[in-house]
Amino acid sequence: MSPLFANVDWAEIGKATLETLGMLGGSMLLTVVLGLPLGVLLFLTARGQLLASAGLHAALAFAVNVLRSVPFIILLILMMPLTLALVGTSLGVRGAIPPLVAGAAPFFARLVETALREVDPGVSQAAQAMGARNDQIVLRFLLPEALPGVLAGATVTAIALVSYTAMAGVVGAGGLGDLAVRFGYQRFQTDVMVVTVVLLLILVQFLQMIGDRLVARVSHR
Amino acid sequence: MTGAAKPRIELVDAVKVFSGGDVEAAAVRGVSLRVWPGEVFGVIGQSGAGKSTLIRLMNALERPTSGRIFVDGEDLAALSPAALRRRRRRIGMIFQHFNLLQSKTVWDNVAVPLRLEGGLSAATIKARVDALLERVGLTALAGHYPSQLSGGQKQRVGIARALACEPKVLLCDEATSALDPETTEQILTLLGELNRELDLTVVLITHEMDVVRRVCDRVAVMEAGKVVETGEVVEVFLNAESPVTRRMLGEDDRLPLRSGSARAFRLTYRGEAARAPFLSQTAKATQIDFSLHLARAGEIKGEPYGQLVVSMEGARLDDALARFQAAGVHIRELQP
Repeated sequence: MSPLFANVDWAEIGKATLETLGMLGGSMLLTVVLGLPLGVLLFLTARGQLLASAGLHAALAFAVNVLRSVPFIILLILMMPLTLALVGTSLGVRGAIPPLVAGAAPFFARLVETALREVDPGVSQAAQAMGARNDQIVLRFLLPEALPGVLAGATVTAIALVSYTAMAGVVGAGGLGDLAVRFGYQRFQTDVMVVTVVLLLILVQFLQMIGDRLVARVSHR
Repeated sequence: MTGAAKPRIELVDAVKVFSGGDVEAAAVRGVSLRVWPGEVFGVIGQSGAGKSTLIRLMNALERPTSGRIFVDGEDLAALSPAALRRRRRRIGMIFQHFNLLQSKTVWDNVAVPLRLEGGLSAATIKARVDALLERVGLTALAGHYPSQLSGGQKQRVGIARALACEPKVLLCDEATSALDPETTEQILTLLGELNRELDLTVVLITHEMDVVRRVCDRVAVMEAGKVVETGEVVEVFLNAESPVTRRMLGEDDRLPLRSGSARAFRLTYRGEAARAPFLSQTAKATQIDFSLHLARAGEIKGEPYGQLVVSMEGARLDDALARFQAAGVHIRELQP
């Protein structure tokens, strides 16, 4: 009878955990940097909004829908040439970040758009009536009002990214997902599978908890 | 009224029509009016009359389809976007649903317009916000969020915010329609005080006759995008010409009871006339008979008024009518 977790190489687990956190952190940062303005633009170009433009809105919405409709595992493979051009490798944490961002940013952008739509249109009108510029309306009125929704969306996105990082592991990105597949699944090392899944579970729980707390802190409805 | 002065706001044949499907706003179909500095100007009408669109033309939240809108002699359509924003800072606006920022405290909500200006020091902003909150009686609630306030308190925040940049005009878009009668009274009192203290020109739109009677100097009655009647509140209320105004006042020109040769009249009087017992004096002097069908009395902006519907008969009826007229009573004969 082998001791509990006989197959588990804790150094390997530690390394994989750091890889997962690295992929998550890097891709989440870029997802917010790209997805937030994209979401704002989606909102502002919609009919009846400040920068209403049917053509631009349709183009943005189409691009977002295309990226969102490609299954992530396919996106990973399709993006390889672009990833290579962008970061010089399609492997490891660096190689995983471009496809992760390409998968998550459009998703986050839609959640930002939805959060902005929830803001009372009267707020925007009051802002115009007091002589605010368009950039001031967005930065000082709409985004602060939509912040609880945006943070909730960021939480959902971060958790979706955790599962994306596991898939990225399959194409050589490393991380806990990769460990789970190579050892837990392919070599029937159930203990490795259990440890990686528990770690991912803790990560997801932690992200949700942080997200909920932040939302509660900024929510004054 | 202020004959020599220039109008603070002037609409010249303003038209706003909406094309396309899902627009809720009602059209304005050719409105010309002048609002004088320092007056409280009411626009009354039923929903769908176009009054909300009308008030939005005054700060260019809506652009007119045709016609021109002047504020202090400046044509709003001719202003550059930057100049329009500067102009809007001098036109405060409050709303039916307050439109406060839920994410900011009372204090920060009032500070918002000051921070938009840029270039104001933190100390200047603080002094101004503190003074505004004091004026509207909300100092104790400065750190609260709008969700913690009552409707009346929210509207006070809206008023403080609207006054932050020291505007000369305050536009009130159904500002008391979401409030209970007692709170409405308090907000109207506050608006009246601000009008006098700051020489603030107030334009308010409402569907409530009481609001107009309580606080306005002049009133325009709107129906289907047009102004059907305009004038001093007392005049419009007591001698309403248009059917819309009479309907809103609950007046009815048909008279149910009437004996053979009697003629029916509406007698309207105000000010000094309201204090004299002119009806009984005249009846005694001319020996006419009268029956009283309807009587009401009250105050409009502090001036007493009364209105009677009577039917009268007698040989000296014309003499009696002349006496009424001499006593300052406005007479309108009601048709059978």
